[in-house]
Amino acid sequence: MADKLRVATASLAGCFGCHMSLLDIDERILPLVELVEFDRTPLTDIKVIGDCDIGIIEGGVANQENVEVLLEFRKHCKILVSMGACAVNGGIPAMRNQFELRECLEESYLHGVGLGNAMIPSDPEIPLLLNKVHPIHEVVKIDYFLPGCPPSGDAIWTFLTELLEGKPVSLPYTQIHYD
Amino acid sequence: MSEQLETATNPENLQRVVIEPLTRVEGHGKVTLLLDDDNHVRQARLHIVEFRGFEKFIQGRPYWEVPVLVQRLCGICPVSHHLAAAKATDALVGATQLTPTAEKVRRLMHFGQTLQSHALHFFHLCSPDLLFGFDDAVRHRNIVGVIEDHPEIAKQGVLLRKYGQEVIRVTAGKRIHGTGAIPGGVNKSLSREELDYLLSDIEQVVTWGGEAVALIKRIYFEQLEYHQAFASIDSSMLSLVRPDGAFEIYAGGLRARDVAGKAIFDHVDCNDYEQYLREGVKSWSYMKFPYIESLGAENGWYRVGPLARVNNCDYFDTPLAEQERVEFRAAGAGGAPLQATLAYHWARLIELLHCAEAIRELLHDPDLLGDDLLVRGELQSRGIGVIEAPRGTLFHHYEIDADGIVEKCNLIVSTTNNNQAMNESIRQVASNYLDGRHLTEPLLNQIEVAVRAYDPCLSCATHALGKMPLEISLLDSRGELVERLVKSSTGEIRAPG
Repeated sequence: MADKLRVATASLAGCFGCHMSLLDIDERILPLVELVEFDRTPLTDIKVIGDCDIGIIEGGVANQENVEVLLEFRKHCKILVSMGACAVNGGIPAMRNQFELRECLEESYLHGVGLGNAMIPSDPEIPLLLNKVHPIHEVVKIDYFLPGCPPSGDAIWTFLTELLEGKPVSLPYTQIHYD
Repeated sequence: MSEQLETATNPENLQRVVIEPLTRVEGHGKVTLLLDDDNHVRQARLHIVEFRGFEKFIQGRPYWEVPVLVQRLCGICPVSHHLAAAKATDALVGATQLTPTAEKVRRLMHFGQTLQSHALHFFHLCSPDLLFGFDDAVRHRNIVGVIEDHPEIAKQGVLLRKYGQEVIRVTAGKRIHGTGAIPGGVNKSLSREELDYLLSDIEQVVTWGGEAVALIKRIYFEQLEYHQAFASIDSSMLSLVRPDGAFEIYAGGLRARDVAGKAIFDHVDCNDYEQYLREGVKSWSYMKFPYIESLGAENGWYRVGPLARVNNCDYFDTPLAEQERVEFRAAGAGGAPLQATLAYHWARLIELLHCAEAIRELLHDPDLLGDDLLVRGELQSRGIGVIEAPRGTLFHHYEIDADGIVEKCNLIVSTTNNNQAMNESIRQVASNYLDGRHLTEPLLNQIEVAVRAYDPCLSCATHALGKMPLEISLLDSRGELVERLVKSSTGEIRAPG
């Protein structure tokens, strides 16, 4: 028990689908929790990451807080994994990069259909948005990239089991896809 | 009571406590509390801190991309966005009536989606609070703890979710972000082998659905008073219903009822939603605040999701769920809607059981094997699609030009509808359970328990990015740091009035 590997996960600017795909390992989660202990993840109430063996990041960076979380993960994880289209290349959220940030905010909060009062949220409690959405390897060093929108549960399972066994990771052709 | 906690009069003199990130919810949000020197709560807010800008960057895209593009709003209920967008694009291509095969394949997909989402929410995210207590140790209060202590319950939850995901895979090609629905229909029906595959486990799934309802009833009635009172607020409720009043999640009209259960409006054509609903904006959240226009921004807020649907419908058309509904409604005082926030869990599992029954029924329908998949008509400029996502009523609205390029998009997602209600609930908890006390992690978890009951999908809610991980940074009014709290909050971030 003492030598379980510690795993942390976070979703930055993504849709949480990669985390759902992680759960798509289905009942294989039962043997998985024999091998690993979860640190900070959306599935636990641990809110601050401790030292971990593996960190898995879903989503790109779109605001100041995303950057802070990502830096914390890099600092505490021996191995950092970029999981899914948004982390790997920005994904759908990066579609806003073709517009000015101001235009996006104005569309949602000033020109939207059926708005009772129009204003752009600006409270200091809301993290500052970045002008563009970026893939995470533009901010920190990444050790593995796992493509897909999302990568399938089977691909995540292959990846995790080979990594945990200390083998070179090699996904079969059928598990590599980008949609 | 709670309204006065929205904005403190002199925030600069107050101590800020933040619960961040909210955990075991979908999406990224945080709660801030402002306390005075005696630990009295003066302000409590649920903030949604992500913004994605879908409404802008969807502009300029061809309409047929929409169902696969906007489902990336959310990886937990992508099918909901996929189908709402598909229904809107049905209208755009002038497909007023789908073929029986297309509609039934979509309904099957949606039942699978609701089943898996409800299983995820209850078993993976919320059952630790309900099985172990809100004050269980942080390290243990999660799905791994459930696997260790209640392996049978955990396994049923995992396999219920798996079944729903498999229904989605069979109908949409992929478990997450599939492509089954297209403007005017679907791109595939089911093969005999696929039907048999799904049929092989369905009896077990229905049985487990019944057991899940029995479990939540046991939990609810064991601590009845607490469950009735915790985070409880009085609200109106909004949902779709079938023309005959039956429970409906794919089609139907809008029904809103007030606290007493009296109709505010009923069987409203979804195409007219703009005449009934407005959205307000507040400076401190990216999530908007919808309200029923005739009642105004102050009083017009409402709740959606399982609690609203089970309260609002006249009956379920499947026998086991209907039996459970009757018992559920009997728990409301004097026939009024049951308002207990924690009854969301109960209603959610009744719906899970209904989905299992409805899938079983559909799997015997030969239309699922049909090959008449698509209809088309004249291109229209405006398309609106409304469905009941697992978390509540979901509105998609698109306008296109003569070339089929999107010019305007409006989304009111399920969780957004519950924004005011979630804020009211955390203020109720803050007043009743936290006020004047030395704040500890278990106490703060109660705030999250209240938020979790709504099964908020904060990813969807901002049309922004989903997130989940959370830190709690917590200081009490004497500046004492509670364990596992980060982000010293000595004033760098101040909540303005």
